[in-house]
This record gives sequence, structure tokens and C-alpha cells, in this order.
Amino acid sequence: MHTTHAENEANYLKYKGKYKGLLGWILSTDHKRIGLLYLYSIGTMFIVGALLGLAMKFELLAPGKTIMNAQTYNATFTVHGVIMIFMIVVPGLPAVFGNFLMPIMIGAKDVAFPKLNLLSWYLYVAGVFLVLSALLFGSGTPDTGWTFYAPYSFKTGTNLLPAVFGAFVLGFSSILTGLNFLVTIHRLRCPGLKWTKLPLFVWTLYGTAWIQLLATPVVGITLVLIALERVFGVGIFDPALGGDPILYQHLFWIYSHPAVYIMILPAMGAISEIIPTFSQKHVFGYKAIIASTMAIAFVGWLVWGHHMYTAGMSGTAQYYFSLLTFIVAIPSAIKVFNWISTMYKGSINIQTPFYWAVSFIFVFMIGGLSGLVLGALSTNVYVHDTAFVVGHFHYIVFGGTGFSFFAAIHYWFPKIFGRMYDKAWANIGWLVFFIGFLALYTPMFYLGLMGMPRRYYDYLEEFHGGNILSTFGSWILATGLIIIITNLVRSARKGPKTESNPWHGKTLEWSVPSPPPLENFDEIPVIAEDDGPYNYK
Amino acid sequence: MEKTTQITHDHYDAEASKIGMWLFIFTELLLFGVLFIIYAVYRYMNSDAFHLAAEELDRFIGTLNTVLLLISSMTIAMATTALQKKNKKLTLLLSSVTVLLGILFLVNKYFEWGLKFSHGIWPGSEHMIETMSQGEILFFGLYFIMTGLHALHIIIGLVIIGFAMVGVNKGKVNSNRPSLLENAGLYWHLVDLIWIFLFPLFYLIT
Ligand code: HEM
Ligand SMILES: [Cu+2]
Repeated sequence: MHTTHAENEANYLKYKGKYKGLLGWILSTDHKRIGLLYLYSIGTMFIVGALLGLAMKFELLAPGKTIMNAQTYNATFTVHGVIMIFMIVVPGLPAVFGNFLMPIMIGAKDVAFPKLNLLSWYLYVAGVFLVLSALLFGSGTPDTGWTFYAPYSFKTGTNLLPAVFGAFVLGFSSILTGLNFLVTIHRLRCPGLKWTKLPLFVWTLYGTAWIQLLATPVVGITLVLIALERVFGVGIFDPALGGDPILYQHLFWIYSHPAVYIMILPAMGAISEIIPTFSQKHVFGYKAIIASTMAIAFVGWLVWGHHMYTAGMSGTAQYYFSLLTFIVAIPSAIKVFNWISTMYKGSINIQTPFYWAVSFIFVFMIGGLSGLVLGALSTNVYVHDTAFVVGHFHYIVFGGTGFSFFAAIHYWFPKIFGRMYDKAWANIGWLVFFIGFLALYTPMFYLGLMGMPRRYYDYLEEFHGGNILSTFGSWILATGLIIIITNLVRSARKGPKTESNPWHGKTLEWSVPSPPPLENFDEIPVIAEDDGPYNYK
Repeated sequence: MEKTTQITHDHYDAEASKIGMWLFIFTELLLFGVLFIIYAVYRYMNSDAFHLAAEELDRFIGTLNTVLLLISSMTIAMATTALQKKNKKLTLLLSSVTVLLGILFLVNKYFEWGLKFSHGIWPGSEHMIETMSQGEILFFGLYFIMTGLHALHIIIGLVIIGFAMVGVNKGKVNSNRPSLLENAGLYWHLVDLIWIFLFPLFYLIT
């Protein structure tokens, strides 16, 4: 059972087990290696998804056909959406940083079920290939949008089955990760690490894991039903056979609204780690952040109807969904106040992760406020299914989860690789990316308000100006991405070696060497009564 | 890898695997929960048609299968107790009985479905579309989906029990490390429980 000291000295990157090279990675059950496997696979898919996004923006540079026809555009936004949602922002932070850091943050040697953890990654990869196979084989690329709405999803002639099945498998991977994390957080906290001393990132992973576990089966079975509908025609969602396509929308959004919290909660958690570290101050309102995390995880279940105001529902239902939507916005707002109060009178150390974190707060607020425009009944009817919605969710999901992901990778990079990136280039990358982001998505709010619908490859001449700005923005953003990724990839191999705690963080992962040794800790740490994850003096 | 495995996995936490299993059972309940909701909605909208269609099902086979599953739940529970009492032979015997009952359940199901097929009743069949009302079509659609998914769970349950039996036989699953068998049992009870709901919903309420 016990590793000898010498064995544990090898860091997890260098450690040589029975298998060498690639096999030593793809057969490893070490949570850190699995975290990196996810990082590389998610990173690759992100590039694919981003290229598709850029292609769409290129198409929208001018009215009429620019580079693709309507059918290709439909296929492009479908695949872009499926990749970005199911393969990137849903697994994103939990699978990469949760895997890598959560066991260390709670003073454990691994997750509760290491083999299951590896299985989750394999399921992820299988899901990816299944979805991609829909592009290469069969009768055309799926064109329903990532929402697979009935009845189109069983009427379209395109090759939808593999995509739906792939999304199902990805969901299964997500469930198993959530299950693993829940058990790990319950069982493997080191002595003295009470619930009230857990780092906030771990708390958000905990809330997320519950949603993963309870919401994902709902979409899982709904996708199975779509598949059965396609193959056999069982009639559940087919109005011709007595079924109800609106029921599909309900079931889909009962998962997919909570899923946006799967995407955003861990992102909030990472920000809640970064801000105290770079302010060298105890996080403001630790308990309020936990309470608002759990509140989001539970109230988030009751608001799915705000995606369906115009699909046909009773006035009473509309009022309730709208009211609850406003209520669920409160916990998110609480967090914004917590982060800002944490910075107040702190000794702020302006570094790349901090830039990402504050710009996260900025875009997240805009995204959140535009969400209220969509949550309110009267305005929703006006902007529903317009570019406004596209602006809103990119601000939230890309601006929220995406920015937080970049904040996290710049924050934990020295821990993961034991090396530092070029800080000047990292800052430039951030700035270019940020400017590109604003230019890319802000015009969409305006365009939507003017009435430009989403999911069209063409538009009226009057929308041309805003679209040119937006497309330019996409190029600036892409430049920023290239700078950021090049810098990180280069530095992972060639960057200068760094000390174990370059930012003076207080959470447990900063107490172990960088990169962490195979077993994380020589001896399981014990947390004293007055220790805590944010105790700065 | 061997080494890594040794290093990182050699801790046995029965409590952890039990929590894990319960959480997994939650997800399964939600999976079926959605189908029960759909059933409720459509039953409410088409109560007469559901009534009519339910007459079509064979209550005898349904009852027989319910009894089989109930007994099998009992035998798997007894198997776990036998393991605690370190009676390996009895454990294996009782688990085998469970497996046998599970297989019998599937055989019945096979004949039941086969009979429906021979009457031209299967999802999307011409016969149904021509002769049945929309409510009846929905009833049979749900019937095939829900009992089919349940049968799939029976198969999965049998495989898990099979693994547990191999473990018991090799001595890897024993009174000190009973988790695998216990969890197999838990899962089997879940499968049983779901049937307890399916049975009245499809066969009894008319
Ligand atoms: C390189 C960055 C990106 C660009 C240029 C981009 C661009 C676009 C465009 C032009 C659309 C189609 C709008 C329409 O015609 O309806 C779209 C849709 C979408 N994007 Fe992005 N996007 C990017 C990144 C992301 C990220 C990071 C996410 C993660 C959540 C995301 C999620 C989505 C979703 C879910 C849709 C909706 C697809 C649908 O309507 O079915 N995008 N994006
Ligand atoms: Cu929503």
C-alpha cells in the first residue's frame, strides 16, 4: 500500500509505471494524468469548435451567400453548438481542473474510484468520435441545432442518430464524473478539513456534481426517445401519432437549464479561488458564496420554462417561470458582490490570472443582465430567437465559463507543469482576446434588438454594419487565442522552472511541490483548528 | 501501471462504494421517472384509449413475472446474508437462483412481446397506425419503451450479479469485502422496484 519515499519523489509527469509513453497516460488512473488527458482532448475540440464559429462569422460578413449555403450553415451551427456545449463547457472545468486539483485540495491521494474516472474519459472520447462520425458518414451532417427539437429531429434526412447517441454517451461520462466527485468529497477529506473549511472551488464542484447526477439522466432518456422516434416511430413526440413535441422541449430544458449551472458553477468556483489569492485577503462572505452556490443548484431546477415562453404555455406558467428566473439571478449577483468586496482593501497583485478574473466579472455581469431581459416576459417575446440570444449566451458561457477556464489555466499552470509561462505574452494575449470578444458579441445585442433572427446564413442589408464589426471581432479574438495557446504550449515544455507557490496561495495544492508528486502527499495532511483555505495574515 | 494500480487502489472503502451505488440508483430512478411522467401526461390526455389498450395485455404473464422478481429479490438478499455468515456455497446457490429467476423473467417477456408482434403490434407498425386510435398507439409505444428499458436493466443486473458470483467463487468477494455482492443486490432491488410500478400501470389499472 505505501509507496516508498523514493517512488513518490518522482513527479506525476515523470513517473514511469509498467507502461511507457502514450500508454502510460491513457492507461493511467492517476487523477492528475486524467485531468491532463481531458485538457488535451477538450483543447483540441475547442479549436475545432472555434474554427466552425469563425466560419459562421465569415459567412455573415456580408448578406447573401459568402462562403456557404443555407444547409451548410445549419450544419455548422449545429456541430458548433454540440461541440461547444456537450464536449467543452459541460465537462470543462470539472473534468480538467476538478480532476487535477480537487483531490489535492481536500488532502487526498486520488478520487474515490480511480478506474471509474478513467472510464469517464474513455466515454468522453467515445462520445466525441460518435458525434464526429455523424459528419463523415451517412446522409449529411445534422442540421437541427444542438437542441435536437422535435419533430424536426426525427424528420430531418441528415445523419442525426450518431450525434444523438454521442450526446448520450457524453452525458453518461458526465454522470460518472459527478458521482465520483460526490463520493470523493464525502469520503476522502483529510482529517480536520471540515465542510466549512473546504475551498470554494471544491464546494462548487460539489454543487455541480449533484446537478450532473440528477439532471443528466433526464436528457439521456429524452435523447433515447428521440432516437426511438426516428428508428421506429413510437409516437411520443410525434403529433401525427398523438405525441406532443412541446413535451420534448420541456424535458430537454429540464436538463439544459440546470446544465447551464453545470457550466457556470465551477467557473465561479475557480474565480473564487483566484480573487482571494491575488488580493491576499480572506474571501468575503465565504458562507454566503456556499449558500448561493447551493441555492443556484436547487432553484436552477425550476426555471426551465423561460426557454419556452413563445412555444405555447399558460399565462400562469409564464408568470411563475419568469418570477423564478428573476429569483435565481439573485445568488449570482451575491457572488459578484462577494468577489468585489474581497478585492476591497486587499493588497492586489496584478497578474494574468487576475486580469482574466476581473474581466470575467465584467462580461459575466453583462451576460447576466441581458439574461434578465430574456427572463422578463414582455421583452423576451420581442428578442426571442434573435441575435440578442446569441449575444447573451456567448457572454455568459464563453465570457463566463471560457474566461474562467483561461483564468484557471493561467493560475494553476505553474502547479500543473512546474513551469511558468511568459507573463508579458500572456497579458497581451488576454488583452487582444478581450477586445476581440467585446467586438464579436456586443454587436449581437444591437442586431438582435433591431430584429435580426438567429440561425440564418443571410440577413437584410440594414444589419450589415453590425455584422462587419462582429466578424472583425472574431478575427481579433482568434488572434488572441493563437497568442494564448502558443504561449502556453511552448511554456509547458520550455518555460522557466518555478517554485511551488508562486502566487502565495493558501489552499492545499500550493503546499505540495510543482508538479505534484505521484501520490500528492507523502503523508496525508491534517488541518488544524485555525487553518483555513483563505487565511492570509 | 501494475505498480500504479497497487499504489493507488489498494484501499477498500465499503462505505464509498455503497454511496456510489446509491447515487447511481438515483440517476436510474430519474431515468425512469421521466418515462413515468410521460406516461402520466398521456394517460391523463387519453384515459379511454389507455383503458382499452391495457385489456390487450396478458395479466397472467404479468403477475407471474412480478412473483418471479419478488422471489429473486428475496434470494439475492439471502445471498448477502449468507456471505456475511461466511457460507460461500449457499451464497453461490442463492445468487444462481436469482440469476435463474431473472432469466425466466426474460423468457416470459420474450413470449409476451412475441405474441404482440404476431398480432401486428410493434412500434410504428402499419397495423397499429391503421386500426388504432392515437391514445392506443401511445400506450403501446410506452409499453414497449418502458418494459424494454426495464428488460435491459434486468440484463445489466444479471451481468453484475454474474461478476459478483465470480468474485465470491474466487474469494475476492467475502465477508470482509462484500461490497460487490451487496451493490449487485441493491441494483437488483432497484430493477425489482421499477417493475413493481410498471406492473400496475400497464397491466392492472384499466
Ligand atoms: C471562436 C469563438 C466563437 C465564435 C466565433 C462563435 C460564433 C457563433 C455563431 C456565429 C453562432 C451562430 C448564431 C446563429 O446564426 O444562430 C454561434 C452559435 C452558438 N455558439 Fe458560438 N461562437 C464561439 C464560441 C462559442 C463557445 C465557447 C460556446 C460555448 C458555450 C459557444 C456556444 C454556441 C451555441 C450553443 C450556439 C447555438 C447553436 C445553435 O443555435 O444551435 N460558442 N456561435
Ligand atoms: Cu435557462
